Amino acid sequence: MDIIVCIKRVPETAEADLVIDGTKKAIETDDLVYSINEWDNYAVEAAIQLKEAEGGTITVISVGPEENNEVLRRALAMGADEAIRLTDPAFEGSDAYAMAKVLAAAIKDMPHDLILTGVQADDDGFGATGVALAQMLGLPYAALVTDIKKEGDTLTVHRELEGGLEEVDTLKLPALLTIQTGINEPRYVSIMGIRRVAKKEIAAKGAADLGLSENDVGLNGSMSQIEELFFPPVGEGAEIIEGTMDEKAETLVKILKERGGIA
Amino acid sequence: MEKIAVLVEHRQDEVRDITFEMLGKAHQLVGEGGEVIALFLGDPSQKGLLDAITPHAHRVIAYLDTNLKNFEPLRYQAAFSQIFENVDCQLILMGQTAFGMDLAPAVAAKWEIPFTSDVVDIEASDGDLMAIRQMYSGKVNAKVSLKAGDKRLLTVRAGAFPAEDIPTVSGEVQEITGAVEGDFSARTFVEYLEAAVGDVDITQADIIVSVGRGIKDADNIPIAEELANALGGVVACSRPVADKKWLPKERQVGTSGKTVKPKVYIALGISGAFQHQAGMKNAGTIIAVNKDPKAPIFGIAHYGIVDDLFKVVPALTEKVKGIKG
Ligand SMILES: Cc1cc2nc3c(=O)[nH]c(=O)nc-3n(C[C@H](O)[C@H](O)[C@H](O)COP(=O)(O)OP(=O)(O)OC[C@H]3O[C@@H](n4cnc5c(N)ncnc54)[C@H](O)[C@@H]3O)c2cc1C
Ligand SMILES: Cc1cc2nc3c(=O)[nH]c(=O)nc-3n(C[C@H](O)[C@H](O)[C@H](O)COP(=O)(O)OP(=O)(O)OC[C@H]3O[C@@H](n4cnc5c(N)ncnc54)[C@H](O)[C@@H]3O)c2cc1C
Repeated sequence: MDIIVCIKRVPETAEADLVIDGTKKAIETDDLVYSINEWDNYAVEAAIQLKEAEGGTITVISVGPEENNEVLRRALAMGADEAIRLTDPAFEGSDAYAMAKVLAAAIKDMPHDLILTGVQADDDGFGATGVALAQMLGLPYAALVTDIKKEGDTLTVHRELEGGLEEVDTLKLPALLTIQTGINEPRYVSIMGIRRVAKKEIAAKGAADLGLSENDVGLNGSMSQIEELFFPPVGEGAEIIEGTMDEKAETLVKILKERGGIA
Repeated sequence: MEKIAVLVEHRQDEVRDITFEMLGKAHQLVGEGGEVIALFLGDPSQKGLLDAITPHAHRVIAYLDTNLKNFEPLRYQAAFSQIFENVDCQLILMGQTAFGMDLAPAVAAKWEIPFTSDVVDIEASDGDLMAIRQMYSGKVNAKVSLKAGDKRLLTVRAGAFPAEDIPTVSGEVQEITGAVEGDFSARTFVEYLEAAVGDVDITQADIIVSVGRGIKDADNIPIAEELANALGGVVACSRPVADKKWLPKERQVGTSGKTVKPKVYIALGISGAFQHQAGMKNAGTIIAVNKDPKAPIFGIAHYGIVDDLFKVVPALTEKVKGIKG
């Protein structure tokens, strides 16, 4: 089975103090640490488990600058066979729709039985690229997948719905799945593992190689455009408890007593 | 905007809240003289569900066919081919839900309808619209414009708009008949699976100590358990903690986990992504402990401590044990 996994390199922002840059359309990224999008890490692991059971190849694709080779190499160290990077100044400003067009242009000429993406990206969080890509490639798909079983050319998948409910669906291959976190336990990548793939060639392709014009991608080829970034209004917000650690704990205990927090 | 269509979301014979949230917003956006259209796709046996919707839409377009009993995107797309011929509207709203996320991007791509997702607000300005969406797990908002088009499509975040106090109008139902046709064998719905029942039912607890990724490691869970025990409460968690199997899935709070309403909810090392907030925002008192003063959890918490949970929790546990003797 030939599997393609789309992976994104994203900044880690959970603990970072974000600053909106001068253009008001992006954040300052110089001080941020980047890693593979969490959802995509689960997708790579899902591909490896399928390959281990069924044989075949895994190709990982990432759209972005040279730094994206880091996440591609990480996926190679985990067990992917090939990596491709798609990059072009023309791709800048692409929304999920344009991003799907870029990915579709690359994937349509590659052998594929199964395509995996993450449910969503940690940074922009459109949660849309995978399903748009499936439509462009004319493939059946399922979003929010938490379990995959393969029998012949049929997949049985679980989709996560709200409130803990799941849905079981069958899909005919070739197909596309968007992978939800928790579907598996992604394997650990050792420094040794990364070193082993450090010299592996990663091909880079641009818009012309993919047969895309400037009107297909970037802002021109997007359906949406960021006009302005701003910080969410704070509203009432929490009353912040100050003092020494002992005073903080003391105040908390008082609040807990008043509010029924101590049974 | 004069005409807005809302895709009704229903599952297991229940209309989901997101439908009313979208209808409410649609009424606000169309204003006087505009038209709110509800699109209902379902099996003829589900027609009774329309009773809840008709009072809140000027027009309900009901496509009733045995092929539409369950949510299946290929069938919905085939039905849309019919609907798009019959309905003119400038904006279509769907939920950014397990249902909408599995459908909307494909509809946008198929009909090339300008689209953006996970919208928390919609502003009408000079006949055009701006969508407000969040990035970086809710730390930054983005104002987004859409390309021109006779239709636009937005998916709306659950809980972004109130489901109550929606204007009541006299709706008329317009039925589309005729089979939904196509070969749908490429994807087939099989069944629903209910969530497993665990040893502890967090939805029944008055006091919840909830841990997020900030707890760092499975080995640290006991510090939360010790606090919960001292308070007489239970331990719950955010999604990454359940994903990593540090706690069982039944302990997860949020859209894809449980909705809880305890007297007190203590969030330890949880950033407060909207999917988490959706499961706990109605708790009586919310106390958040987080190192990051800008963590979105502080936006809904009543009390906050900006500090390292590994210092706060032991200090608090000791004090609580002290007063309980
Ligand atoms: C106005 C605007 C300007 C932007 N400018 C840039 C820019 O200059 N450079 C840039 O890199 N990004 C840019 N982005 C972000 C980028 O285009 C997004 O990656 C794209 O919109 C897809 O949305 P998402 O990342 O939220 O993915 P989602 O729709 O949330 O989908 C997630 C899945 O899609 C796949 N995927 C998404 N992005 C990639 C990728 N890059 N490579 C491989 N797979 C991927 C992954 O499998 C991922 O799990 C911009 C976005 C906007 C709205
Ligand atoms: C379809 C879908 C459904 C989802 N459903 C759910 C759901 O039901 N429930 C849910 O929770 N999530 C859900 N999510 C995931 C959600 O988007 C977030 O990724 C998740 O809630 C983040 O969990 P977190 O806050 O624990 O981790 P993070 O966002 O990584 O936050 C960790 C926090 O810990 C703080 N911290 C770190 N160290 C310390 C320390 N020593 N002391 C104090 N604070 C510290 C950091 O400042 C940070 O704010 C869902 C996502 C999707 C796409």
